Amino acid sequence: MTALTRTASDSATMLGRRLRHMRRYPSLTLMLAGMPIVLLLMFVYVFGGAMGDGLEGPGGTGGRAAYLDYIVPGILLLTVAMVAQGTAISVATDMTEGIIARFRTMDIARVSVLTGHVVGALVQTLLALAIVTGVAVLLGFRPDAGPVEWAAALGLLLVVTFALTWTTVALGLVADSVETASNTPMPLMFLPFLSSGFVPTDTLPTGLRWIAEYQPFTPISDTLRGLLMGTQVGESAVVALAWCAGIALVSYVWAKRLYNRDPAR
Amino acid sequence: MTTPHTPQPAVAATGLRESYGDHVVLDGIDLDIPAGTIFALLGPNGAGKTTAVKILSTLIRADGGQARILGRDLEQDPDAVRAAIGVTGQYSAVDGLLTGEENLMLMAGLNRLGRRRGRQRAAELLERFDLADSAGKPASTYSGGMRRRLDLAMTLVGAPRLIFLDEPTTGLDPRSRRGMWEIIRELVAGGVTVFLTTQYLEEADRLADRIAVLDRGSIVAEGTADELKRRIPGGHIRLRFAEARALHSAERALGGTRDDDALALQVPGDGGVDSLRALLDRIDGASIEVQELSVHTPDLDDVFLALTGHSTTTGDDARDAREGDDTKAGSR
Repeated sequence: MTALTRTASDSATMLGRRLRHMRRYPSLTLMLAGMPIVLLLMFVYVFGGAMGDGLEGPGGTGGRAAYLDYIVPGILLLTVAMVAQGTAISVATDMTEGIIARFRTMDIARVSVLTGHVVGALVQTLLALAIVTGVAVLLGFRPDAGPVEWAAALGLLLVVTFALTWTTVALGLVADSVETASNTPMPLMFLPFLSSGFVPTDTLPTGLRWIAEYQPFTPISDTLRGLLMGTQVGESAVVALAWCAGIALVSYVWAKRLYNRDPAR
Repeated sequence: MTTPHTPQPAVAATGLRESYGDHVVLDGIDLDIPAGTIFALLGPNGAGKTTAVKILSTLIRADGGQARILGRDLEQDPDAVRAAIGVTGQYSAVDGLLTGEENLMLMAGLNRLGRRRGRQRAAELLERFDLADSAGKPASTYSGGMRRRLDLAMTLVGAPRLIFLDEPTTGLDPRSRRGMWEIIRELVAGGVTVFLTTQYLEEADRLADRIAVLDRGSIVAEGTADELKRRIPGGHIRLRFAEARALHSAERALGGTRDDDALALQVPGDGGVDSLRALLDRIDGASIEVQELSVHTPDLDDVFLALTGHSTTTGDDARDAREGDDTKAGSR
């Protein structure tokens, strides 16, 4: 067996383990999807009327429907970030279990413990995204994307999930306790709010606008919105993918190093 | 137990060292364990037993020294070592969210047994470890003894040739402990080598072909159980008297060691019924009035006192480790 097929086979086994965990506790996935749904309802029904009008500039009349269409990409990214935070917690919890020591003394591809978590998180994110998108459509979200755009949007969400999940896997590994692991990914939760996901960045005060324009979630939400709603994508697609590639690479190397260090206790 | 001569030892280690900061955990230990035997590393908490297991099972790197496990170099070829060993640690290494059967299937998958053989092996092990009835329940609902058995069953899925058992019976009730001993004996009868750590002299005595006593990171004695016991002062019977005169006449009649402060006399003896009866007869014959009699059997503390000149640290765990001894002599 080559190293690659071994890694694939062991990762598949570890993925099976993660999926079993998820199936045993479906409430966790539902809870992770629940939070973005609550925010979606709040934003649309509390702020949506005023925000939708504002989107079109003075005298706009877009209302709730326009704001719903505007923020769904942001809510989807928030969903990705939520599940990623859950991954940090489950990795940190896993590291406190004796079974990890067992895995370390077995002749298996070491990284498979982590890839199992990452691929499991991809599956979990897809489920959560499907639920959130379903609710958005029920509320009246009407994207004008064709099959190609839908596929591209899905691909982008997967790429973002992949990158963020490696980050949270590393955060879960570096945390000295499960409590820490549930706190350190918090900035990931806030970044979507400080991006073009919820309001156009040109409405923000200068300092905040600067942050919004140079952080990954803005090009990602612009691209996602472009794909789903047919707005301008421009160069944000390339910038979004570059961000994801960079985040994924750094996080992967970091996570692998953290996992391979001596578990000196 | 007779063991066939094997040219390749299961474990051959020299000068293993490990320290955390200035704290030396292992101070250069040598091990030579023939294949197909049970080896026990005996010592109190904090002696370095778990660290030795962690190093030999590739979990952590030694700061110094070399080791070959079944002929494979620990440092150069850890994956080959991992392929040949199984480890059941002190802390339960089962996945609590999975059922017993799923845990075993997980191991079958990681050992790349394939689905059909994996199922077969899992069913076999569930039967053998008396877990078949609970195979479909999550491991988190198992009792301590069941978890330990599942843990060991998981270790056996890959048919390892050397098994490390780090304190396999600590925290188990006496019945589960005897069950575990039975399982360990069967393993060795099947040809594998067992490296176990324990803080119980009795456990090492009953199971091990060879015992090494580890104290503060060094091996202070090594040999068969009988060899070690010869170096331990035997049990004694302690007699306490109401007055000094009785103590003196008892010493003249029975011999032994006198403790004037406690008005007590320690007479060598194993506490067996015959030797006790003989002793009582002699006390009667000399018409000595004894206020209190207690039997003292040798325990880990005696081993330590004899071998190292200091006793085990008296934490709660060390107290648990003293078996068959409820009356401690005041001075020895």
